[in-house]
This record gives sequence, structure tokens and C-alpha cells, in this order.
Amino acid sequence: MELQIFMQNLLNALQWGSFYALIALGYSLVYGVLLLINFAHGDIFMVGAYLGFFIATFLLGQYAFGLPFALDPTIIFIITLLFTMILTAGLGVTIERVAYRPLRRKGASRLYVVITALMCGLILENGNLALLGASRRSFPELLPKTVYDVGGLALSNTKLLVIVATLVVFVLLETIVRKTKLGMAMRAISYDRMAVPLMGIPIDTVIVFTFVLGSSMAALAGVLFATTYPVLEPYMGALVGWKAFIAAVLGGIGEIRGAFVGGFLLGFVEIFVAAFFPSTLRDLIAFSILLVFLSIKPTGIFGIARATKI
Amino acid sequence: MRRFTSAASYSLLCILLIAAAHGDWINAYIQIVIMFIGINIILSSSLNLINGYMGEFSVGHAGFMAVGAYITSVLNVWLFTSSQVFGPALLSPSSAILLFPVTLLAGGVGAALAGLLVAVPSFRTRGDYLAIITLAVNYIVKSSIENMQVIGGARGFMGMRGVVNSMQDVVNLPWTLVWVCTCVGATIWILYRFVNSTYGKGIIAIRDDEIAAEIMSVDTQRMKMIAFMLSSGLAGIAGGLFAHVLGYINPGTFTIMKSTEVLVMVYLGGMGSLSGSVISAIGLTLILELFRPLQVAKWVIVPLLLILLMLFRPEGILGNRELTDVFPRLRRWFSLQERQP
Repeated sequence: MELQIFMQNLLNALQWGSFYALIALGYSLVYGVLLLINFAHGDIFMVGAYLGFFIATFLLGQYAFGLPFALDPTIIFIITLLFTMILTAGLGVTIERVAYRPLRRKGASRLYVVITALMCGLILENGNLALLGASRRSFPELLPKTVYDVGGLALSNTKLLVIVATLVVFVLLETIVRKTKLGMAMRAISYDRMAVPLMGIPIDTVIVFTFVLGSSMAALAGVLFATTYPVLEPYMGALVGWKAFIAAVLGGIGEIRGAFVGGFLLGFVEIFVAAFFPSTLRDLIAFSILLVFLSIKPTGIFGIARATKI
Repeated sequence: MRRFTSAASYSLLCILLIAAAHGDWINAYIQIVIMFIGINIILSSSLNLINGYMGEFSVGHAGFMAVGAYITSVLNVWLFTSSQVFGPALLSPSSAILLFPVTLLAGGVGAALAGLLVAVPSFRTRGDYLAIITLAVNYIVKSSIENMQVIGGARGFMGMRGVVNSMQDVVNLPWTLVWVCTCVGATIWILYRFVNSTYGKGIIAIRDDEIAAEIMSVDTQRMKMIAFMLSSGLAGIAGGLFAHVLGYINPGTFTIMKSTEVLVMVYLGGMGSLSGSVISAIGLTLILELFRPLQVAKWVIVPLLLILLMLFRPEGILGNRELTDVFPRLRRWFSLQERQP
């Protein structure tokens, strides 16, 4: 019985950690290439969830101008996912073009770019609040909920989907970064950003590609999150975003493996603290563990301390 | 003569403000805005010591503010007022007028001790990892206050209005304004003297190159400890004042949003520019108040303005220069000491 509760919590933690991992990925990718903490990323996740909501309700024909033919909910889910990822990637690239690139060209200190990112996040959050109002929206249930019983454990199909999707994304991104030419260019930029343009690598294209990857993963997380917890509100991205950033740093920022391990680790800590202590203590204990961990190993799990020269 | 002009003109300004508030020439709303400006000046200039002069990236300033706010308020309510939580007043309410600075300072000391939570890890790590530690400290402080049911937990804590009233019963002056003015003056003076002293220049040396600074006999650990404790202590004092201006605090006030607001003030004014921090604290507070009728749209327009400002002036309003460097003629009037260029 004890083991069963433990395993059930483990499953919940895997799911919860998946969201952190998918969002942390965006932080890590951008940081790895630009050394920029993209604080707007949590809100890009939020926009992803909202876009998913609008596309899904449109396809379900809940507006006056519905589609002439009815689609199967599963197909709607897949179309929603694809379109949300494309549109959100567009948003990420737009923010990069409008806000970050001019600053980068001017050679501003990177902390000013961080502040600009914070401001972009605020605009997304409050722009949403101003446009759509403070009312919460509930995401339509596209995948009929089925619960499998595996050895006494309740395993719903959404939970399975989230965990599998995260693992697929992990393998995919590792392949892109390690095996393809674009991935090599990404690693090269983080290694030496002065020499890379001299080698004829189009640095801006690589950066845009990075933002496309990061933002579409945030969109994926957004739609999956909305499918699991179908309540949308403008500030949903803020806290999850900050925590995903913590997960990224915990794993060693700039490392894809790090983002995944950090995300799952944070998920485990939060779920298990909530399972054994009063849930109001969740943040306190989770962050205390983080503080102690970073004091002992300051560069995160996979991070490598860079040697400083004078 | 010149040594005293800045102190004298500041005291004159304060006396004018206090007289105006005392004589009801300015209404309560304007008084509160002025006090918020003062509190924001303390917050932004103390954060500038860490983020500007020392070149670290601290994003948890509101956490220290919370520590100071709660310690000062709990002490004051416990000592000087009879409340349902702590029972009758321990000391006579009229002694609040004398002991208020002591409790304010106690809040500052408590916040400085909380600053050790950041200072000790900072010996081994810096940059983004330290940013996370400050973020974590902010969450830890907020979350622990939420879990302390004795002081109200997430519902918040009140009763500070009674302390202010009992001070006003003894001598009828706008006491919160008096203390805000005093603390702003003291903060600017301490930070200015500290940063321009030979000892304090060690902080700027750490920003430029930590290893080289250590070789040049700067005790970097000690320097970091002092910088973090001074900065968080001042934030604690600002928190104590904030609690007494509003009369009510709850942990939800001291979130990452509040820290972000202070961060924006620092970077808007310019990293490593004390006068820049002051100017941007005044400017941003006023702009936020002016746009208040826009309600939600305020938080779209103000960030948009800030992004535009960043695009045209990426190093902040003053960069790392002081007002006296931009307008050298000011130096004839205001200079605590000669600065070698």
C-alpha cells in the first residue's frame, strides 16, 4: 500500500515535472546561445495556452463562423497543437526582433536585455488582462478522459501523453543540438560568439531558430497544461515561469539535459513535499532545498564552472 | 561652505514638506505619494549597491523588505498598542515616539541578517546562479511569513496605524513623513560616503574583476558580506516605513513583482549611479501614479515606455555617471568631497 502511494506520487511528479522541463528548455536554449535570461518565457507559455484555447474553440465551432464540417476531437487536438506551436513561435521571434535584437546591436549590457525581457512579460500578461478581462476561461475537453489501471495505479491518458511528449521532445532536441549543422552552430555561438560570424555562420538565423524551438516547446507545454488543468488565467505563466527558470538553473543553465533533469527534480520535490507535509509549506521546503543545493554545488547539476582568467 | 549645501538644501526641502503636510497645504494623497517616492528611493539606491556597484544580479529585494516590515511592525504593535494578538501594550504608548527609530533599526538589523542567506552563497558563486539564490530567498521569506499564523499568515498584519496615532498624540507632526525624510537622507549619505571611500571602492573593484581585486588585497568575502548586509538592511528599513505608511501589510505585497519594480528603477536610472537611482525612483513612482486612472492598461503602457526608453538609451538615464558628472557646474554647489576624475 505504501509503495502504491509512492508510485502514484511518482507518476504525478513525472507529469508535473514535465511541464517544468518543457518550459525550462526554452530558458536553457536561449541562455545557451545568447547568455540572456528570457524572462518573458513564462508568459509565452501563457500565450500558448490561450492561443490553444482560441484555436480549439474555433475548430469546435463555438463561434458564429464555425467550420462547415465537424471534426473528430482528436484531430482537433492535433491541429490545435500544431497551429499553436507555429503561432507562438511567431510571437517569440517577434519579441526577439522588436525588443532584443536592437539592444544586442547596440551592445547594451546583457542585464538591460534582461530587464527588457521582464517588461515584455509584463506587457503580455497585462495586455491579455486588458484585452480579455479577468474572467477565467476553461479549456474544452478534446481528449475524452480514460483512466487505465496499471497494477493498482491510476494512469490517465493525458498524464501518459504529457510524459511521453516530454520524452520525445527531449530526444528530438538532443538530436537537433548534437547531430545537426544548426545545432552545431548553436553550440558554437555559446562557445565563442566573436569567432562564429567570422566563420560565415549566419548568427541571426541561428538565434531566430533558437527562439522558434524554445517558444514552440512553451506552446506545447501550454496546450498540454491546459488539457490537464483546464483553467486559463492571465497570470498562470508568471509563477510557473519563475519556477521553470529555477529548474533550468538547477540543472545547469544552457544544457538541454540540465533543463530536463532540473524540471523533473523540481517536480519531484514539490509533489513529495505536498504529499508528506501541509501543502502551504510546499514553496518553503522546495526553495530551501534549492538554496542548500546551490550553496553546495553552485553551478547546478550539469553546469561546468568556467575558468576565469585575469 | 560647499560641504554643507547639499545637506542644508535637503533639510530645507524636508522641513518645507513637513510644514506643508502639517499645515494641510497638501492633501493626504499627495503626502502618501511623496512617502512612496521616499521609500522607493531607499529601495532603488540600496539595490544599486548590489546590482550596479557590485555587478551582481539580485532579484529578491522585496524579501528583505518583508523581513524589515514584519519585524518593525510586530515590535511596534507588541510594545506600544493593545491588540487582540499580543494583549495590552508592554510600554506606554507615548514612548513610541522615542523608540520608533529603535524598532525601525531593529527591522533593518533583522533584514541584514536575512541578507546573510544571500551573502554566504555569494562567496562561491556569482552571476545567474546567485540570481536564483536571491529569488529563492524572496520566496522563502514570503512563504515562511505565510506559514506563521501568529502574525496573521497570508491574511496580513495590521495595527500600525495605532502606533502612528500614539506618536501624533504626543507631538502633533506627520511622523511617518518625518521618518521617511530622515531615512532617505541617511540612506543617500551612507551610500554616497561608502561608495566613494577608499574602502568602498573595493566593491567597484569586485565588479570589474573579482580575482584581480583579490590580488590587490581587497578582502572580497568581507566586502560582499558588507555590501549584501548593508543593502538588505536598508531595504528592511524601507519595509518598516512602508508598513507604517500603509498601516497594513500582507505577504502578497512582497512578491517578485515588487522586486521587479525596484529592479526596473535601478536599471532605468543606470547601474552604478546613485543620482540615477534617485531620479528614476521619483520618475517611475510619479508615472505609475499619473497612469493610475488607466487601471489595467497602465501595466501595458508603462512597460512599453520603458522598452522604448531602453531602445533609445540602453544604458539607463544616467549610465554609470552621477548628476554632477553630467552637469559639472553643479559641483560648485553640491559636493560632499572632491571627486578625482
